[in-house]
Amino acid sequence: MKLSCEVNVHHLTRVEGHGNINISIKNGVVKKAQWEVIETPRFFEAMLVGKHWENAPYICGRICGICSIGHTLASIRAVENAFGITPTTQTANLRILLKHMETLQSHILHLYFLAAPDFLGVGSVLPLAKTHPDVVQRALRLKLLANDACDIIGGRRLHPTRTVVGGFTMLPEKSEMEKIRQRLMASVPDLLASAELFKTFAIPDFSRETEFVSLKGESNYPFIGGGLVSTDGVVKKEHQYRAMTNEYCQKGFTSKLSKLSRPSFAVGALARLNNNFTKLHPTAREISKFLGLVPVNHNPYMCNVAQLVECVQVVLDSVRLIDTLLGSPWQEPRQPVKAKKGEGVGAVEVPRGILYHYYKFDKDGKVIKADCVIPTSQNHANILHDIEALAGQYAKTGKQDREIELLAEMLVRAYDPCISCSVH
Amino acid sequence: MSEPLSYLGVPLARPKVGFFELSSCEGCQLQLLNNEATLLDFLNLVEIVNFREGMTERGDTYDIAFVEGSVTRKDEITRLTEIRKNAKILVALGSCACFGGVNQLKNRFRDLDWVKKEVYGDFPIETMEVHPLKDFVQVDLEIFGCPIKKEEVERIVTDLVVGKAVHHPEYPVCMECKANENICLFELGEPCLGPVTRAGCDSWCTSNRRGCWGCRGPAEGANLKRLEEIMHTYGFDREIILDRLECFGGFASFTQAAPTQDKKSPARRKKS
Repeated sequence: MKLSCEVNVHHLTRVEGHGNINISIKNGVVKKAQWEVIETPRFFEAMLVGKHWENAPYICGRICGICSIGHTLASIRAVENAFGITPTTQTANLRILLKHMETLQSHILHLYFLAAPDFLGVGSVLPLAKTHPDVVQRALRLKLLANDACDIIGGRRLHPTRTVVGGFTMLPEKSEMEKIRQRLMASVPDLLASAELFKTFAIPDFSRETEFVSLKGESNYPFIGGGLVSTDGVVKKEHQYRAMTNEYCQKGFTSKLSKLSRPSFAVGALARLNNNFTKLHPTAREISKFLGLVPVNHNPYMCNVAQLVECVQVVLDSVRLIDTLLGSPWQEPRQPVKAKKGEGVGAVEVPRGILYHYYKFDKDGKVIKADCVIPTSQNHANILHDIEALAGQYAKTGKQDREIELLAEMLVRAYDPCISCSVH
Repeated sequence: MSEPLSYLGVPLARPKVGFFELSSCEGCQLQLLNNEATLLDFLNLVEIVNFREGMTERGDTYDIAFVEGSVTRKDEITRLTEIRKNAKILVALGSCACFGGVNQLKNRFRDLDWVKKEVYGDFPIETMEVHPLKDFVQVDLEIFGCPIKKEEVERIVTDLVVGKAVHHPEYPVCMECKANENICLFELGEPCLGPVTRAGCDSWCTSNRRGCWGCRGPAEGANLKRLEEIMHTYGFDREIILDRLECFGGFASFTQAAPTQDKKSPARRKKS
């Protein structure tokens, strides 16, 4: 039986950013199992120092090309918390709606374009356009809906234009909101078909007990602000985020890493779902059960399934939000902003997990200190420990190098890492 | 995907295309996937041989290389030189590649060690002053914007494939904004670089009542002095203008002569 294996994946594909996987197994013993992050740092936290507060969301949204809306909203929330601004109900609802549409866009991109090719045995989505045209068309339909909604609410699907401290620069036409509502309702069959498709995928049988960190929902499944919670029982307030993230540096990573009760923890769709299952829309909860996902689930590959469940969640919740927004006349989109000395934290659940922005301002509203803690940087240590456990589990099974390589690649992809974001 | 394409009755060869990224948010590459309605047609126009963000297969021979991001570490110079060697046409994709983008904001600080320490403490980390691609290799075509406008990219790529010359608008965003019948943002109390920034985005931000931050760099003959007068008339101070001019690096040749905007922040890098 084959008991040795060498896996060296340099610049893993179908993920955002640059990371390497190295596994070496000799005679059934794991000699090396590594996850390396080699992305170049961009130093956003230094760039902001000395800058006027209005620069923060504009510049920090550009940390990430996939979750720019989430970064912008976390940054805005941190500034507003520092200045003591409470968003109006209308602004809060529009922001969650915008956030939902980014979640849908990002999850669909990951599920269909980045993750599904592995389960269908191809290298990218391109051949699927020929072999599975209905699947690709469905993915494009869902993504287009989410992107169009982001354009209508945030002004632009990437690096949004209308989102500012204090609210929005302008509001969508109500007729456009009505159209989005109709398209959301029409997308439900596509989501159910997606669930049917993912039901047929063979999720690798792997499990490692993990601490999961996310926002804790009060009445709704949480996305913007609120308390912090872990499955190991840690409970913190939003402004205590540092006690939840405990960032440190380590050789082999240009990103920072995090730990909490154990040497590593996980954030993301699976963490949110594990911590907030009862807050899901009943239909989303049913689909979760249909796909075999009930909390607390410790299989990282199930993050794909959790993302799919969240697609259902955000679509149904968006319909509710649009109904609320259409139910009353538009109010002023933007409230005045008065800078003051102080500090503020914004915690937002972005597609890949909980994101924190922190700023400290002087009396003129200039940034003295900035800190951004990215979901993927919180996940890096957990990915590393998962790869070690995965290599250990398969070391004595006689699998081919390519099989172990694929399992490791799929494992990393399941976290949907945003590596350049994690290094920022 | 559909039938082979032709232009004016001449069948088109599908050029081999590679996408690469240096230091960036990878948003410009993502923008190419963000045009769902025309994505499959667009993909039919070219043969993608290298797109790490989207596919596992990789090839090292390509006609057109699209490079996103700026150069911020020595190994990126090596990668960029290699890409240049393999490509017939090298395209700088987005403002990071063209001007350094938001990444070059760290060049404001004279002391790179301070920058490193501010983020990483004493942990050793490698970085360098941020540069656009053209500082190291020949760039054949620049596509401006943060983010790039996908319709513009598709038009440019189509022009490349059919062998047409690629032209950028020489006029400023202000012209497009007026053509879109927007109320001038100055009248709404919003600072804006529309009068000096190169058009081509169809006044993307200003049509959403967001002042222009100049991500596409200067229009031909941009009159910065006049902009400053306008901004002054509407009560915006120099710091507000500078924040925007220096944000993406496109106006570097204009801002380097300007005084530092904040005496309390760490000393800014002076260009020799």
